[in-house]
Amino acid sequence: MDSIFSQFLDAYTMRIIILIGINLILALGINLVTGMTGQLNMGHAGFMSIGAYTSAICSLNLDTPFLLSLFLGAVTAGAFGFIIGIPILRLDGDYLAMVTIGFCEIVRVFFLNFEPGGKAVGLSGIPQDTTLSFVWLLVLIILFLNYRLNRSRIGRAMFAVKENEIAAEACGIHTSRLKIIAFTVAAFLGGLGGGLYSHYIFYISPQDFSFTKSIELLNMVVLGGMGSLPGTVLGVIILTIAPEVLRVVAEYRLLFYGGLMVILMIFRPNGLLGGVRWYDVKQKWFKMKSKTTKEG
Amino acid sequence: MAEELLKLDQISQEFGGLRALDQVSFVVQTQDIFGIIGPNGAGKSTLFNLITGIYTPTQGNIYFKGENINHLPPYKIAALGIGRTFQNIRLFSTMSVLDNVLIGGHGITKSGFFQCLFSLPKARKEEKQLRETAKELLNMVDLYDKKMDYAKNLSYGEQRRLEIVRALALHPSLLLLDEPAAGMNPKEKEDLMQIIRHLKQEMNITILLVEHDMNLVMNICERIAVLNYGEKIAEGSAEEIRNNQEVIDSYLGTAHRI
Repeated sequence: MDSIFSQFLDAYTMRIIILIGINLILALGINLVTGMTGQLNMGHAGFMSIGAYTSAICSLNLDTPFLLSLFLGAVTAGAFGFIIGIPILRLDGDYLAMVTIGFCEIVRVFFLNFEPGGKAVGLSGIPQDTTLSFVWLLVLIILFLNYRLNRSRIGRAMFAVKENEIAAEACGIHTSRLKIIAFTVAAFLGGLGGGLYSHYIFYISPQDFSFTKSIELLNMVVLGGMGSLPGTVLGVIILTIAPEVLRVVAEYRLLFYGGLMVILMIFRPNGLLGGVRWYDVKQKWFKMKSKTTKEG
Repeated sequence: MAEELLKLDQISQEFGGLRALDQVSFVVQTQDIFGIIGPNGAGKSTLFNLITGIYTPTQGNIYFKGENINHLPPYKIAALGIGRTFQNIRLFSTMSVLDNVLIGGHGITKSGFFQCLFSLPKARKEEKQLRETAKELLNMVDLYDKKMDYAKNLSYGEQRRLEIVRALALHPSLLLLDEPAAGMNPKEKEDLMQIIRHLKQEMNITILLVEHDMNLVMNICERIAVLNYGEKIAEGSAEEIRNNQEVIDSYLGTAHRI
């Protein structure tokens, strides 16, 4: 499959497309817990790290096939999400954000001292099994399931928890269970993304999964529009490509990047596609069309 | 026939040193429209929060259909069939009118995460039923045409109606209305009374309401309890309450004694 792509895409473009795919899987996890359920999660890189290391160690030391390593990484991350989710999801807002940052740091420091993970040096020589077609197949499946979820009672209930927790409870929604579900699934996706990442970059070290990485992923969701699927896709594409495009301004790159975020947040505080509904777009387009046909 | 639906037995609620409710007891029969009145700070909203499980009573017991619901969390109480509205409207404001009602039915649907994720037959069937109920309910309060509007863009009276309909999506046997007429104009109040009567007569729903609008309370409530400083000072029919000297002194004033 990938040989077909490589005929008309150069290696650099393929790399960016793969990274967009991986970031999308990671960002969709954040979108689920922060965008939809409204629980600020700033520790996503921690789950990514758990998934990346678990799957890499499996592949390197146990010679497990790629798919199994990936699955084990994701499940381990998901299990951690579930276990720490139970106590910490009693908190909300800023407090939850603090705890998730703390978790992310704990994971980083753990791997910094973890012998099988190569300590500060990290792991290298991980088989490069992640391919463009495989990543994007996963992305499409996850997007489709996420879309399904959004239109179901569970997805709606998640949005309800974000909007008004007390009213949600009065509607019979078990809010804490829902938050744990969202957190666990997000952790699973984080682990999956981490596994794909380690099997693509083939060299990982604890520094790759710092707090900055969490913020970078969160930024993508915020920029695109919290809770919006097309928004998340757009946000990931823009923020994955932006650093590459901004290479021309060399060391001023981060300055531009920051400035861009500030401007966008002033003009579209809900994110690029936040609060935009397909229904409204369709209505508007339909109206415009009927107007022009009338005039014509 | 009339049965005990909700029974409060010697309920007391303390917040620190403050006794918000003191040994309050009353029984709501099925098919009643039961009103609770009293001055601000009398403990009316506290009472609602106790019944819906937001607080657990310091003393006393609450029974719903004979079952003790003291220690049940709000979502379980909702699923048992107690719907409620809030004094300060709590809609899911950036969601559509239809979604608000669909979420309202969450407590009586059961399909889990994976059933929803893969849209399995059970989830699909429940979703279909939810949508049918939502359509019926929205038609009842003339909001079906606005089903795709954001809840926050509705007028005040419409928001109040939507909140009632959202609570109805649970198919409750008991509906708690916390100051449903607050901020409504006379026309809207008239409509509200119509809706409340409709709920009782056509849908067999028992209603417990807190309200300051005496005209509305005296018109539609069959039984009224009066709270003052956390104590129940009177209970009876509208006529009895209107002529109760203690109620007049503490709350109604003399103007109502015509």
